[in-house]
Amino acid sequence: MTATGTEVETMTFAEAIRAALSQEMEADERVFVLGEDIGVYGGAFGVTTGMLERFGAERIRDTPIAEEAIVGAAVGAALCGMRPVAEMQFSDFTAHAMDQLVNQAAKVHFMLGGAASVPLVLRLPFGSGTGAAAQHSQSQEAWYTHTPGLKVVMPSNPADAKGLLLAAIRDPNPVVFMEHKLLYRSASGPVPAGGEPIPLGVAAVPREGGDLTIVATGIMVSRALAAAEELAGSRIEATVVDPRTLKPLDEATILERVRATGRVLLVQEAPRTAGFTAEISARIAESDTLYHLLAPVRRLSGLDAPIPYNPDLEKASVPQVPDIVQAARALLEDG
Amino acid sequence: MSRGRRRERERVTTLASSADDARRVLATMWTIRRFEEAVDELFARGLLYGTMHLSIGQEASATGACLALRDDDVITSTHRGHGHCIAKGADLGRMMAELLARDTGYCRGRGGSMHIADVSKGNLGANGIVAGGIPIAVGAALALKLTRTDKVALSFFGDGATSEGAFHESVNLAAIWDLPVVFVCENNHYGMSMSVTEVSRLERVADRAAGYGIPGVTVDGNDVDAVHKAALEAVATARSGAGPTLIEAVTYRWKGHSKSDQNLYRTREEIESWRARDPIERFEQAVREAGTLDDNELKRLRDQARDDVREAVRTGQTGPPPSPDLLAAVYAPSEVDALSGGER
Repeated sequence: MTATGTEVETMTFAEAIRAALSQEMEADERVFVLGEDIGVYGGAFGVTTGMLERFGAERIRDTPIAEEAIVGAAVGAALCGMRPVAEMQFSDFTAHAMDQLVNQAAKVHFMLGGAASVPLVLRLPFGSGTGAAAQHSQSQEAWYTHTPGLKVVMPSNPADAKGLLLAAIRDPNPVVFMEHKLLYRSASGPVPAGGEPIPLGVAAVPREGGDLTIVATGIMVSRALAAAEELAGSRIEATVVDPRTLKPLDEATILERVRATGRVLLVQEAPRTAGFTAEISARIAESDTLYHLLAPVRRLSGLDAPIPYNPDLEKASVPQVPDIVQAARALLEDG
Repeated sequence: MSRGRRRERERVTTLASSADDARRVLATMWTIRRFEEAVDELFARGLLYGTMHLSIGQEASATGACLALRDDDVITSTHRGHGHCIAKGADLGRMMAELLARDTGYCRGRGGSMHIADVSKGNLGANGIVAGGIPIAVGAALALKLTRTDKVALSFFGDGATSEGAFHESVNLAAIWDLPVVFVCENNHYGMSMSVTEVSRLERVADRAAGYGIPGVTVDGNDVDAVHKAALEAVATARSGAGPTLIEAVTYRWKGHSKSDQNLYRTREEIESWRARDPIERFEQAVREAGTLDDNELKRLRDQARDDVREAVRTGQTGPPPSPDLLAAVYAPSEVDALSGGER
């Protein structure tokens, strides 16, 4: 690591998250981590592996299986000057903790007239593709984006995971940090050593093309990029926009990229109805970007169904690369 | 040495036998009583919006427990939280301004009675969610422990809260981590209309402490001295690093649950029998018997509380309306958010 932070290291998504946690814990003694099986076990997905040895049991706190107490303890600690990072073993278990997240963490700053704030991060391993079925596979980002007072971050690659987690920990508000489980090991890439936080509210544009714009979230970004590569073989050039943070949302970049191509495909893993891409669609429709559209907005989402166990059905429940390719082609035939 | 710590060491025999303590206790209890009577009246006259939950008849538990705390200790409170807020040292004018929905209120008119807080005095807030403050107190205690302070957290909640999962999860967490927290259950016999005897097979709420391996004590919640003694011991235990205690203060609310209550679940006789056990009258009697303060001084304390509350209503009513810029109030300003303060 150099003082300029320009060196890069190849890391998996899980390693990048661990690097961000470790960097912040080294730099700021107020930062600590709590959750189920995060100590000796290293977390259900290995994210905190080795951190107990490095930072000790006081700052890497194994908890009972008690999600409401975990999030509540994080709220109380944050109110008293700490910077807790709480892990839900699976994002689905947040259902147990919704009072503390939605009624307490999200509202304290507002309700108390700004007299206090709640700088906590809630890390949520989410998403399907692991055969864990309906109670361990959901994508519930819309629950959180629909709650004023929460920020919602959804990185799609290791470098963003690190930079955005640094920002999330330093932000004085409660931040829901959503980590797609399939990315932990499969996503690997260059990550700045040391490095600076990536500001919340800035979208990334990992690919540029003139024929259509694909706005994709979370793991759908890598699938959209794979689809764009395939489309390029048929001389269809796609811009891919990764919002990176859903709240705050970099609406300006999205609208600008949609105007530039006149065609937009929105891709999310979450169920279609009232999903987050419905919000993006509405913002396009509400703005003068609407007049730049050459075809209606097209959405590709998970089914409005729980995630099933059967591997073929599980895969069919959420958008895959061929689905994105097909939807993009259909969009180009529209209008 | 702070007042609280000296108190913990010396174990004062009774509050009524010390003139300083007696004055402080009576000033606090009368202020709570008069504040809530004023709130009740303002509401009846249509000058106060929304709803409120009055703790008239329960003044001894808030007063006795907070008297065992230092100024830098923290509390979490409940929807029935005016007494806790006053006992922890809040400014009456800012409290009343909040209830009157003014910008000068503690929450700038955004919280009202149910979210009143005074973070500067360690009151992390009332709470509209039953048991919602208990996990927060546990987290506060965790922070106090991690930062190597000797401060403690104290969580007030009602008997109704002990049926919530949040109570069980967080008392257990505090127990296994030996956190410096005191749990004070103000058992006023009813969770809204549901009798405490119908929601548990246990005779006492304090019996639940055994399930978490911590001490549990039941005290007469209308005896400010009994509450204070139990709180002193629990606070000392917490401060010493020996972990939490559950205190059950048995008391009674004279008024209905909130403005909609028609008291269909309890009898007039029952209410009258508890009014006869008025915690303030009892303490005044003890003070008289101890010869600590004379009748003139007792009257002076009562009048002072009345005047202070009248002044709070006056200043509260003159406060300006709150800022309408609600979107700017949702998030704390952030240096790592490119859109902080802007479009979301």
